[in-house]
Amino acid sequence: MSRTTRSGDRSGRRASARSVALATIAVGALALTACSSSSGDTAGSTQAGATSASGPVTLTLATFNQFGYEDLIPEFEKAYPNIKVTHKKAATSNEARDNFFTRLSAGSGMADVEAVEVDWLPEMLQYSDKFNDLKSPDVEGRWLDWKAKAATDANGALIGYGTDSGPEAICYRSDLFKAAGLPSDRESVAKLFGTTWDSYFAAGKQFAAKSKVPFFDSIGATYQGMVNQLEAAYENPTDDSITATENPEVKKVYDAVVKAGITDGLSAKLQQWGDDWTASFQKDGFATMLCPGWMVGVIEGNAKGVKGWDVANTFPGGGGNWGGSYLTVPKQSAHPKEAQQLAAWLTAPEQQIKAFKKVGAFPSQVQALSSPDLLSFKVASFNDAPTGQIFADRAKAVTIAPYKGTHYFAINDAMQQALTRVEQGSSPQESWDKWVNDVKALG
Amino acid sequence: MAPRPAWRRRLTRADEKASPYAYISPFFILFGVVGLFPLLYTAWVSLHKWSLIGGQGAFVGLKNYTDVLGQPYFWNALKNTVSIFLLSSVPQIIIALLIAAALDSNLRGRTFWRMGVLLPYVLAPVAVALIFSDLFGDKFGLVNHLLGLVGIDPIQWHKEVLPSHVAIATMVNFRWIGYNALIFLAAMQAVPRDYYEAALIDGAGRVRTFFSITIPQLRATIIFVIVTSTIGGLQIFDEPRMYDQYGLGGADRQWQTLTLYLYQLGWTQKNFGRAAAVAWMLFLIIVVFAIINFLLTRRIASKGSR
Repeated sequence: MSRTTRSGDRSGRRASARSVALATIAVGALALTACSSSSGDTAGSTQAGATSASGPVTLTLATFNQFGYEDLIPEFEKAYPNIKVTHKKAATSNEARDNFFTRLSAGSGMADVEAVEVDWLPEMLQYSDKFNDLKSPDVEGRWLDWKAKAATDANGALIGYGTDSGPEAICYRSDLFKAAGLPSDRESVAKLFGTTWDSYFAAGKQFAAKSKVPFFDSIGATYQGMVNQLEAAYENPTDDSITATENPEVKKVYDAVVKAGITDGLSAKLQQWGDDWTASFQKDGFATMLCPGWMVGVIEGNAKGVKGWDVANTFPGGGGNWGGSYLTVPKQSAHPKEAQQLAAWLTAPEQQIKAFKKVGAFPSQVQALSSPDLLSFKVASFNDAPTGQIFADRAKAVTIAPYKGTHYFAINDAMQQALTRVEQGSSPQESWDKWVNDVKALG
Repeated sequence: MAPRPAWRRRLTRADEKASPYAYISPFFILFGVVGLFPLLYTAWVSLHKWSLIGGQGAFVGLKNYTDVLGQPYFWNALKNTVSIFLLSSVPQIIIALLIAAALDSNLRGRTFWRMGVLLPYVLAPVAVALIFSDLFGDKFGLVNHLLGLVGIDPIQWHKEVLPSHVAIATMVNFRWIGYNALIFLAAMQAVPRDYYEAALIDGAGRVRTFFSITIPQLRATIIFVIVTSTIGGLQIFDEPRMYDQYGLGGADRQWQTLTLYLYQLGWTQKNFGRAAAVAWMLFLIIVVFAIINFLLTRRIASKGSR
């Protein structure tokens, strides 16, 4: 599982300290009891006590990485004086996922409001009966269609309230473009990149002819942008059976990205979130990267002191979404009503815009996209790029909500490893075959 | 004096017989709860289809074992585990012995040095792993930079099998050498000084006394250290998990150990049955290794003395 990072989570960095501690405990726990699951359903009984509670209620909220909720929580507590909120933050989405499923299986210990990342949302939807249906007239139509649809289970229950989304643009180093004698302002660069993957890679070749700096960071990350434009890459949406290895579209994407990155030498061969990748921001490691809204914050952090980053308002092959999260209320919660209030308040457009300004988590709410407050937002360290406007445009370009079934995470993971192997020198065919075997072993 | 009533006599007898058991029972109860029960329960799980969240499924007999044994990743993980274990345990014990011998001599500021060697042990292993994996970066790591200064080509620490094992073994050694050295040191201090004096009078040098007196006298301690480091070495988890950002043991499973494999089966693939099967095989492997090591050490260490 875990390192969805490239694929999915906005944060990734690395298996963090806490996640390893957790993992250690988890492995120990297997030695200890392998059990869990059976000890389950205490949820129902605790819930009964909940509704009758009248005094002040304390809720726990579990998020990961940066949701930008720190300043919002006191505001919420002010508006709802009988509710106190304890905020637990995991460092990465991976860590949160481990935590989430371990406690879900144990039947206790989950927070009242649990954040879920889009990449493990389908996995979690398998157990949608362990979560409260949050459908309510108050939030009807609050989100972009694809965002709400992804969190709706087979019975039509709305399991999660959307927080942010990750509409993708392309971030690039204008100084390196200028040095290579190419146009460097954001409009001309957007034109240079064009709107197809072919034109993006062609721009890369043009750049490579005049610069020693690799064009993009990794084929894994680029692959992710491409595969997220396929409607059903790995599984059949009707019965969730695995189709990945026979899907010609997947192979086509694989071949295209390997050709551009390896044969044409456009890739810096860095694994996203690795130490070398992080360090490369300080050393002209690469000139462009696929860039969801939250990535702007990551680049700002890694590239401190480096001038020249900018965002081009385009994305090859149509729109693309990378990451984004939901807030859920597990049935384990003793205060489902208050928990739902908290989730609804936090995911309201006004709050989500504040979170965007704070940490770059781009809102998934329809209303927020046309808010002047959002559209006028600029990032100084990105040459004053109007990121609010750019990512709002990019969000509107997203037309496909790719089907991600229960195996998505594991298959995509194996694919990312396959691409890493190619970057480390394996032959593309050999690595592909190995991936096919890995996928078959899942079944 | 009047004879004691019969019931009191019986009680006394029962007390004499039963109370020793009562006194030692906490250990056995504790062991039963946190040692034996989990062990047996894991065996039970390993015989079933069992999902992390769904729980117990059908009884499948030894199918989980044959499934795992049929997967190349299991054998690869076993190979990696043994390789990392050898690369860490062997140098670790030899260096620890030498450091202990040095600390046993009349050094200035002895306590300072003794505390010093324990310092790495106090650091959280995850923090150590984070720092080391940064040092061992393929492109911008400090180690490769230093190697470059003396004209050695950069080593692909995260790509090739052996270098990745060496890097991980380095972390393990960094952490455990000092700890083992202190255990050896404690044992060395218990060796009667008369032996050394007698040997000195007979004209033995430092090297000779080390091999003929110190090592044989340390036999029990060496066995202890080797057995514990076998157990620890074969269960190594933190360091390989932290070695890259994904924690699965490399894109080609270059450094995936058995515990990482177990974790992947149980928590990524949510297949507790297979994970339990791996846990049991790991248990058996450790028992076998511990016995082999025990027998070997006994032979080697007893040769010199008796």
